[in-house]
Amino acid sequence: MIACNDIAFQYHTDSPVLSFPNLDCSKGGKLLLLGNSGCGKTTLLHLMCGLLRPRQGKIEVQGQDLAALKGKDLDRFRGEHFGIIFQQSHFIQSLSVLENLAVPHFLLGQSFPKTKALELLESLGISHKAQAKPQALSVGEQQRASIARALIHQPSIVLADEPTSALDDDSTAAVISLLEEQCAFAGASLIVVTHDQRLKSRYNNRVELKPSAS
Amino acid sequence: MSWFYMAWRNLGLKKLQTTLSLILLAFGVGLVSLLMLTEKQLSDTFDRNIQDIDLVLGAKGSPLQLILANVYHVDAPTGNIRLVDAQKVIRHPYIEEGIPLAYGDNYRGFRIVGSDESYLEHYGAALENGSINKAPFEVVVGHKVAETTGLKVGDTFFSAHGLQDETDVHTDKTFTVVGVLAESRSVVDQLLHCTIETIWAVHDGPGEIIDESEREITAVLLKKRNPLAVLTIPNVIRETNMQVALPAIEINRLTQNFGIGMNTLRAIALLIMLISFASIFISVYDNLLARKYELALLRTMGSSRRGVFLLLLLEGGLLSFGGATLGLIFSRIGLLVLAQLIQDKFRYDWSSIGLLHSEWMLFGMAIFVGLMAAAIPGISALKIDISRTLSEK
Repeated sequence: MIACNDIAFQYHTDSPVLSFPNLDCSKGGKLLLLGNSGCGKTTLLHLMCGLLRPRQGKIEVQGQDLAALKGKDLDRFRGEHFGIIFQQSHFIQSLSVLENLAVPHFLLGQSFPKTKALELLESLGISHKAQAKPQALSVGEQQRASIARALIHQPSIVLADEPTSALDDDSTAAVISLLEEQCAFAGASLIVVTHDQRLKSRYNNRVELKPSAS
Repeated sequence: MSWFYMAWRNLGLKKLQTTLSLILLAFGVGLVSLLMLTEKQLSDTFDRNIQDIDLVLGAKGSPLQLILANVYHVDAPTGNIRLVDAQKVIRHPYIEEGIPLAYGDNYRGFRIVGSDESYLEHYGAALENGSINKAPFEVVVGHKVAETTGLKVGDTFFSAHGLQDETDVHTDKTFTVVGVLAESRSVVDQLLHCTIETIWAVHDGPGEIIDESEREITAVLLKKRNPLAVLTIPNVIRETNMQVALPAIEINRLTQNFGIGMNTLRAIALLIMLISFASIFISVYDNLLARKYELALLRTMGSSRRGVFLLLLLEGGLLSFGGATLGLIFSRIGLLVLAQLIQDKFRYDWSSIGLLHSEWMLFGMAIFVGLMAAAIPGISALKIDISRTLSEK
């Protein structure tokens, strides 16, 4: 499903080169990328979805070499195959939560499954906030709403960057369970990038990232 | 969901800024548009009534007043002239036609003008009802007069002395309406037409006998046969109390004087428009800075750079479209208010609110510049580093 081999990345010519271990996550599989701040977790996540281009190495998503995609083809591929949950919740502030969920479908030119979206919000416990503006939600609710948005278009891979950093233990367990359930239901791979040691025991397939410079 | 909807909602997020941009642009476009409409109405009014009148003969005084009083009927006449003197000019070989006018009374603010049939023929006035006046005290009523006063064929009325005052009524002289004119959109719409003899009869005292050589009229509208008439006629009348004025020159002078004020207003309006475009630029640019994360988010969800650019362009486009549309509505409201004032004061109908060709140009230009004002921050949006932006917060 997604495989990263010999990946190295450098932000600028005078900045250190970040090298990453080889990764592989099969269809419907789960992968935990664990590491402390500054070890390049978010950089790796951005590399995997094509927001950044590696200096060397190859990233394949469903057999597609990301390096071969450019411009709007890459944008569309990312929109179609990835659902991304960011460390900080970002939303279109002028749109309601439900309308935010409609954005991925709109960008892909697909019709919006409103009932499914409401069910998803219901399962995340925030259906009562469907018509609210994102800024009216608590941090925890915003995190759930961004999970809903990442899952709504049934992507092949869900990338979650610190999805539980703002949640307490109970919520962490609930949200991760839901994330795993939804990914399993959709047949999507789940890659969680975190420093949250609470998640370590839940994943057999995990890679610990360490700061590297060369 | 659509880009249009998203742009619309984004504008609604900053209501104060959006409203300010809209009002500024509406005010600028509205003022320019109102000036265009006013100039158009003014030039149409001038052109419609000036048709084929090359010279106006009347008493000495202000030439512009002579034109305004006798062609447009919006000013007091400069005085009277002797009919015999005027006839000498009308019969001059360089003059093709002369239409004598005599007036000094009104009915409910509408002027009663004594002339012959050639006056109505000159403006192509056609009868809607009744017949043309022939006998003394028969009148043909202009379309606007009939509409406003309700006068119809067979009605009788008294005239009042003066051009607007209705206090000094000639109750001993009864006018009878014999015809109502169809609308001609010229000055005759707001006049009551009778014979010159009627005007004299109204003002002659009981039993008073006036020598025909002493009869007076107010003015003569002249059409020249020879271009040299413009130079020759002033010499012919040099020793009399008469003058000739050229409507084209006087109106040109008037519009030039108007033009200074118009140009000042136009400059102010353009300045306001410029400020409004700057406001749109600031609004979109400010939105770009505040919504950098949102734009990056759209890119991660599959939007192309072009999509993000289009969104910002739409925001600028919507603002300029809304502002320009509001501006055109404002100008129409302004024109209708102005038309009411003109109507009350001068009886002219200025209520035509159709969109002028120049206004379409103004509308298009406002939207184009609005789009350009949004395109500049839009280009910056194309260069957003998504990864860095998403990592910054």
